[in-house]
Amino acid sequence: MTTSSTTPLLEIRGITAGYGSIEVLHGISLEVREGEIVSLIGGNGAGKSTTLHCISCLVGLRAGEVRFAGESLANVAAHEIVGRGLVQVPEGRKIFPRMTVLENLRMGAYSRNDRAGIESDLEEVYALFEILKSRTSQLGGTLSGGEQQMLAIGRALMSRPKLLMMDEPSMGIAPLLVTKIFEAVKALRTRGLTILLVEQNARAALKLADRGYVLETGRIVLEGTCAALLSDQRVQAAYLGE
Amino acid sequence: MPDWIDSDVLIQQLLLGLSNGMIIALIALGYTMVYGIIELINFAHGDLFMLGSFLALTLVGAAMNCGLIDPALMGETSHWWLLGTLVLVCGIFCGGVNLAIDHLAYKPLRRASKLSQLVAAIGVSFIIVNIGLFWGGLPMEVFGGGGAAAAPKDFPSLVSDANLLGEESFVVLTWNDIVIFAVTIPLMIALTLFVKFTKLGMAMRATAQNVTAARLMGVDVNKVIAATFAIGGFLGGAASVLYANYNSTVSFQMGFRAGMDAFTAAVLGGIGSLPGAMLGGLLIGMVRAMSDQFVGTEWTNVVVFSLLVLILIFRPTGLLGLKQREKV
Ligand SMILES: Nc1ncnc2c1ncn2[C@@H]1O[C@H](COP(=O)(O)OP(=O)(O)OP(=O)(O)O)[C@@H](O)[C@H]1O
Ligand SMILES: [Mg+2]
Repeated sequence: MTTSSTTPLLEIRGITAGYGSIEVLHGISLEVREGEIVSLIGGNGAGKSTTLHCISCLVGLRAGEVRFAGESLANVAAHEIVGRGLVQVPEGRKIFPRMTVLENLRMGAYSRNDRAGIESDLEEVYALFEILKSRTSQLGGTLSGGEQQMLAIGRALMSRPKLLMMDEPSMGIAPLLVTKIFEAVKALRTRGLTILLVEQNARAALKLADRGYVLETGRIVLEGTCAALLSDQRVQAAYLGE
Repeated sequence: MPDWIDSDVLIQQLLLGLSNGMIIALIALGYTMVYGIIELINFAHGDLFMLGSFLALTLVGAAMNCGLIDPALMGETSHWWLLGTLVLVCGIFCGGVNLAIDHLAYKPLRRASKLSQLVAAIGVSFIIVNIGLFWGGLPMEVFGGGGAAAAPKDFPSLVSDANLLGEESFVVLTWNDIVIFAVTIPLMIALTLFVKFTKLGMAMRATAQNVTAARLMGVDVNKVIAATFAIGGFLGGAASVLYANYNSTVSFQMGFRAGMDAFTAAVLGGIGSLPGAMLGGLLIGMVRAMSDQFVGTEWTNVVVFSLLVLILIFRPTGLLGLKQREKV
């Protein structure tokens, strides 16, 4: 685990955000250091996806700041985020249903122009998720849920990110496949990728990650190493069903 | 009833339907592309098409005034260069106007309700119709139809009207028909390849399929929308020249009929689908031609819309539309 760097790769300071007259996030702070897997857990409607949308600049901030690689994202448009090395695998996968697997992956590299690099990354994604290689010309919408999730992760990887954010990758997927996907995530970290993982499946997420934050109705109520969180009584009662 | 089985009449109407259908298809593409991306029925699209034909008419008049073409030879010889230039210039003109419409009228309402956007589109349609009315009132004596602003204006034939099948043949096929295919088919192929293989084309499809994901992957959605309006406008402008040349008349009101046909075609084929718009356009052109001949022109609108209703009952998403919403 590399925790040496002084400034975190991603730093969120006191962000407030919402929709219309409703405030959903009431001042959240968290950070992700280079090489870490950080997991953000919380129940339905806690504001996990909203937090990721704030980082991706899809939802505007009402207060606070998001900094990535030392720079503020305050005046950055949503489509410019990926070019900075920050990519999101959105909740519900959101693959392009009428595009082939290959086209979906190529869309992931939309922000890049280095042909050779794109081709070699394509091979890496195929190596990570072998099933995708045998389905290159199948339409994304006809893949199974688990396959779509792998495609969504592969698509995000095609942007060659520094930080990968995943919003509930285990949702609606068979446990066996979840294990496979999480193993892939682990493998990615050894290649130097930093990961922010949003999950409702707290046990799996905390087993995978280094540190975790617990979000409840728009506030961070707990944070710490995963080992500490796993043995925390409140976490056990609320999220681990013990 | 020999009329019903007269193969010459049948072939002639087929040809007529095919030619008009290709033009309708070109306009329908503009509706379907915009709808596919921002779910807006761009009511002004038909009127934009009308504006293109007025520009074409004005340019033909200018060419006559400059002595570039001889009014006496219209329909006798073919002015390929003029036709080509008009398709290009009117296409670019309509593409530019459509871009401006999006920027001024629709873009500020992007986050507003669909109803507000629709009302804006209807408003733009009114504005353009009145620009057409004003344009028609300009002194353009070269053309028939008199000086009255609202009067339909004659549009001269830019290519030879001679029957390519020979003087004796009952079925008439002229360069006017062939020109339509020579322009629309390459345009449709180019559009298909563009959308399939270019980066911008990919971004357009991605935006239509999932706008959030497209943004996350780095697509500047506003740029994609602008490009969609420009391309749709270009196709409408090209169609306007073909239409004016083929039907020999333009009027400030023609955008409504053409727009109605094209929109119906887009819905019939499955709104959002490019091949659907092409197929729908051809179908509407054919059905109109057949109905005009065998049912009666006064029934044609009834026939067309009955067909639409019937198809939508059995295939609510149109002929080539998506079956259902995708599983998410
Ligand atoms: N587009 C929106 N408009 C209005 N309210 C929204 C919107 N998106 C989310 N919300 C509200 O914001 C709150 C937080 O939603 P969010 O999606 O961030 O929660 P979440 O933690 O991701 O939940 P889940 O685990 O169910 O995905 C919820 O109360 C939700 O109803
Ligand atoms: Mg969520």
